Amino acid sequence: KKMAMVLTAIRGELVVIPVEWSWLTLSRVLFSRQEVMKWNGWGYSDSRFLFNKKGQAEFTGRRYRLSGMVLPSLKDWFESTFGASLQHKSPATATLNASAVPFPSLNEAFLQDLKSTGIPFSHEAEDRVFRAHGHCLHEIFALREGKFGRVPDLVVWPNCHEDVVKTVDLACRHNVCLIPYGGGTSVSSALECPPDETRCIVSLDTSQMSRILWIDEKNLTAHVEAGIVGQDLERLLNESGYCTGHEPDSMEFSSLGGWVATRASGMKKNVYGNIEDLVVHIKMVCPRGVVEKSCQGPRVSIGPDIHHFIMGSEGTLGVVTEVTIKIRPMPEYQKYGSVVFPNFEQGVACLREVAKQRCAPASIRLMDNAQFQFGHALKPQVSSIFTSFLDGLKKFYITKFKGFDPHHLCVATLLFEGDRERVLQHEKQVYDIAAKFGGLAAGEDNGQRGYMLTFVIAYLRDLGMDYYVIGESFETSVPWDRVLDLCRNVKERIVRECRERGVQFPPLATCRVTQTYDAGACVYFYFAFNYRGLADPVNIYGRVEHAAREEILANGGSLSHHHGVGKLRKHWMPESISDVGIGMLKSVKEYVDPDNIFGSRNLL
Amino acid sequence: MASNTLYSPRDPALKKRDDFEDILEERRSSSDLRYALRCYVPVVYKGIAPCKPGVLKTAVLQSDRLRHVVAEMSKETGESADVIREEASGILEEMAHRLRLGTVRFFAYSLSKAFKALFQRVRVNEDGIQRLQQSIQEHPVVLLPSHRSYMDFLIMSYILYTYDLSLPVIAAGMDFLGMKIVGEMLRMSGAFFIRRSFGGDKLYWAVFSEYVKTMLRNGYAPIEFFLEGTRSRTCKSLTPKLGLLNIVMEPFFKGEVFDVSLVPISISYERVLEEALYARELLGVPKPKESTSGLLKARKILSEDYGSIHVYFGHPVSLRSLAQGRINRSQYNLLPRHIPRRPSQETQAFVNETAYRLVRLQEENMVLRPWVLVAALLLQNPDGVDMERLVEQTSWLRGLAVSFGAFLDWPDYVSASKAVASSLALHTGLVRTEGGRAQLAMEPKEPGSPEEDLFDRAASVLSCASYRNQILHVFLRPALLGMAMQMAEASRKDDIYSCFSFLRDVFSNEFILCPGGTVQDFDEACYMLTKCAAVHVQKQEVVATEKGQRILSFLTSLFQPFLKGYQVVCRFLCEDAPEGFPESEYVAAVRSFAVKRILSGELTCYEALSSDVQKNALAALLRMKVVRKLKVGDQVTLRVNKVAANTLENKLGGRVSTQKALLARL
Repeated sequence: KKMAMVLTAIRGELVVIPVEWSWLTLSRVLFSRQEVMKWNGWGYSDSRFLFNKKGQAEFTGRRYRLSGMVLPSLKDWFESTFGASLQHKSPATATLNASAVPFPSLNEAFLQDLKSTGIPFSHEAEDRVFRAHGHCLHEIFALREGKFGRVPDLVVWPNCHEDVVKTVDLACRHNVCLIPYGGGTSVSSALECPPDETRCIVSLDTSQMSRILWIDEKNLTAHVEAGIVGQDLERLLNESGYCTGHEPDSMEFSSLGGWVATRASGMKKNVYGNIEDLVVHIKMVCPRGVVEKSCQGPRVSIGPDIHHFIMGSEGTLGVVTEVTIKIRPMPEYQKYGSVVFPNFEQGVACLREVAKQRCAPASIRLMDNAQFQFGHALKPQVSSIFTSFLDGLKKFYITKFKGFDPHHLCVATLLFEGDRERVLQHEKQVYDIAAKFGGLAAGEDNGQRGYMLTFVIAYLRDLGMDYYVIGESFETSVPWDRVLDLCRNVKERIVRECRERGVQFPPLATCRVTQTYDAGACVYFYFAFNYRGLADPVNIYGRVEHAAREEILANGGSLSHHHGVGKLRKHWMPESISDVGIGMLKSVKEYVDPDNIFGSRNLL
Repeated sequence: MASNTLYSPRDPALKKRDDFEDILEERRSSSDLRYALRCYVPVVYKGIAPCKPGVLKTAVLQSDRLRHVVAEMSKETGESADVIREEASGILEEMAHRLRLGTVRFFAYSLSKAFKALFQRVRVNEDGIQRLQQSIQEHPVVLLPSHRSYMDFLIMSYILYTYDLSLPVIAAGMDFLGMKIVGEMLRMSGAFFIRRSFGGDKLYWAVFSEYVKTMLRNGYAPIEFFLEGTRSRTCKSLTPKLGLLNIVMEPFFKGEVFDVSLVPISISYERVLEEALYARELLGVPKPKESTSGLLKARKILSEDYGSIHVYFGHPVSLRSLAQGRINRSQYNLLPRHIPRRPSQETQAFVNETAYRLVRLQEENMVLRPWVLVAALLLQNPDGVDMERLVEQTSWLRGLAVSFGAFLDWPDYVSASKAVASSLALHTGLVRTEGGRAQLAMEPKEPGSPEEDLFDRAASVLSCASYRNQILHVFLRPALLGMAMQMAEASRKDDIYSCFSFLRDVFSNEFILCPGGTVQDFDEACYMLTKCAAVHVQKQEVVATEKGQRILSFLTSLFQPFLKGYQVVCRFLCEDAPEGFPESEYVAAVRSFAVKRILSGELTCYEALSSDVQKNALAALLRMKVVRKLKVGDQVTLRVNKVAANTLENKLGGRVSTQKALLARL
């Protein structure tokens, strides 16, 4: 077999894909996702963490920088953080048992009409199960146990905008429930089928709509079908020398339409903006018809922006089919960096100052001590004595010479982008500010490893779940003056709730300030615990997460910065946007979709 | 009547309490000097930001809150910000503590000497100390001791030093600063001083609250203050003051701390140092101004025996748990947190309720000596009682008190006769025992004018009452029910409840009765009286049992003096009060009215002379709008609704049983 590979850059990482796939995009492959991707875990089937026979952690596959590497300190960190042990395994069900999947209840008339349109569809159990969930803990946990709740009855793969119009039209005519499906990376229970939905549920998979329809180099925009996933979009644009710069942590799998529907945020938003800043034009198919603006003016004053009904609608109003998005020439130069601070308070003060001076690099993140240690546990085996000697020397310098307490210090990771000279200048400016807050530059390597953590974290969760450890992440945004209080109180609340609910081991509760804004910051939490000895771990997990969200709201944090509301957080919507606000959204829904064809019941 | 509200009574007699250790025992056997100079390394709050008192002051002066208030005031008054800041700095200078270990060691040494001379034992529940130690590490701690004596905060700091716990910073009244050297020494042992009243002074309030909050937020030290605001002269808990409690809760409401531990502490004295002083004060001899020479004169008290002190550290109460479901903390989301804002109504209600709850927790863990029972019985028998009968009654009362949950320091191996005898021995000043009879010492040592004699007698009654008062909280609710049953003259539950509710309302300035808790209190009273088989509670009726007569009559006569006191006040207002008389003359006028009635033999209740009862009655009457305050110039005058006052008196005297129409007008 030909083993030629092509190299492509994703977020500065070199990723290898087999050459015979290069004509395809990943989106196309996703027609039958189960061949490349796990059915009950995160990401590619060939990439996973495991503890090898020597008890050392390893990352399999060859897709990532970490692939094929041994991570010698992960085991110790894992065991000491969670009180877990390699002896105690909680393996997942190996294969999908199709007979356990509920039988589809099909709307025959709809099916007949659908057949006549020629749009591909399937009611195979595997296809349906795959599109019945996102990546919330309870969803993955149930899959690992081989349990399936309500799953879609049918999956359709429209190939273009017109196909979607036809599908929605048929759905309206036959009163069928539609749930749009993009990359499947939701963490808000948005893809969960309402268990009491009696109509036939059709999952509308947008993965076949993944073409870049045109690139406009004069205005720096690209018109793209909404089913394209992030990595393909970036790669295809890169081939023409452009990028969108929109890089959410899920960008390997999440889709453009999904970003629009959830109000996504990318790591490099400081340079490129969040999705609402990037979008120039949206086309959405609703039961009432197609909604779009008539021009591509960069800013308009024509009443409330209808894009803002669409962005964040979470599949309740229609399907986003095509998007015109801003593009930028690819950056000439990228540089990672990191700064060590004596404690989290100083770090936050520094980020606040950086935001105040509006000189934030493409990305700036501040990890707390626990997360710094977590990141450290992912250090690959050191190949030479010289490197390990250097590491020791660095550690000595920071802890002994500079007097940083290893249990309090924290690290900011940085990513600079632009032309070389500007990057170096910018870098100096940021490091100068950091120095005022006691920060010491700590090298590119630490920075890069920090970013690595964010995209292997989901793979790591699967590893944890093999050993009785469950966890998840959640996020919020909060005014600057409350960042510290919120971080402290939420972490403490998690610890206290776990104790009160009988969790036998202290949980991991860690956070990072992951985005900066003029008026506040986005804070991202990881929360995980060892569930040995608990009868109903998922329920307890849910209650603790609920309590943590209450604490966030009580401390002035928002319901969500970019994960969205879905069904997981809709309980808090009325208090978040007031009853009148709910009424406004409801009246839009009632006009656009009076028969609740888009019946995922997210948001409201 | 909403008697279906959930109330699951717990048998108060089954309450578990910790054991005590005597901390003076070790002091009597080892060197005080070494003790004072020993290595002192207290555990501290895990989130502490250690700083010196000076740094603390700077932090307060530079806080957003203070800067905001200064800017605002400067805009309002046109005064330059620097001048106002200077003023703020002055206020802080006057207020702030200067905790120094040297002074603490000096106190540790001298108090050891003093305590050993004054007291037999200072007993502390060590389990409570352990709980406190745990709390101090986890969350900012607020210590809330009961307040019966000047000794209270010296005792507190002494105990914390003894157990190697962080010394508290203590909110003290400005009057202490009058004592020259002592005031400064208290400052150096952790006291900070606040003015008694600073109503409209925005700057003062800002400096003061920011100072307290800063210490709380950075875990500087436990904060100690007295919920009751001032020493109780009657040994009965006072209605809690909310100002400081509000301040220490705010950092939690605003998310600046994860939680705050509120620790109720009950300090009970077998004999209060100020005993004689208090009785005089209540009778109108003004309290001496605090002065150093006064304190030195007080040295003669060093030669007397004041028995034991019990200090009970209650379970730390988590503010977070209390506020769960009560306070919506996100109400603070929309205003920058440094901008002062009046607490919302729900917050005020919560703070008030919490304050009552904490005072009740203090009451519950007050240690009661057998003498308290004896005093209660002697007051009910002003003509004296046979020793034998006294012993029998004390023993009976002991059983009743214990079953109502009293924390009685009366071990089983001590017989009733022995307990009574030793009680009488410690309080020879108050009781006379002759020919097998015990009686309150009422005869003046040297006869004077009839009025002087009367005041002498009243003084010993009030002193004795201050002991009886210590047990009132145990009997309060059942007694109100007993009185309500008497008043209602019928057994219909609804009628009894409405009388109960009326009495509870009248007495809610006198006793710790949280507004809004009527139903729960009623259920509690029914539960307790049913438990001791004194009443029979049915669906529609509450009936006294045969056996219950003794209990009910004891309970009603226990509270009789208060009923009488309030009646006297009403009588005075109806008969003697001139139209629109100044508030400042109220106490003296009621007193001379009561004196006249006692001399004429119409009144036998000496407790009606207590200014405490009179003031509480006035507060109740104002609340019930029987009396209104009118402000004319600088003077506040009182205007009486005589019809209402008369009706109220009749009702209290049981002369009008079911005049609901009139009641409604009240």
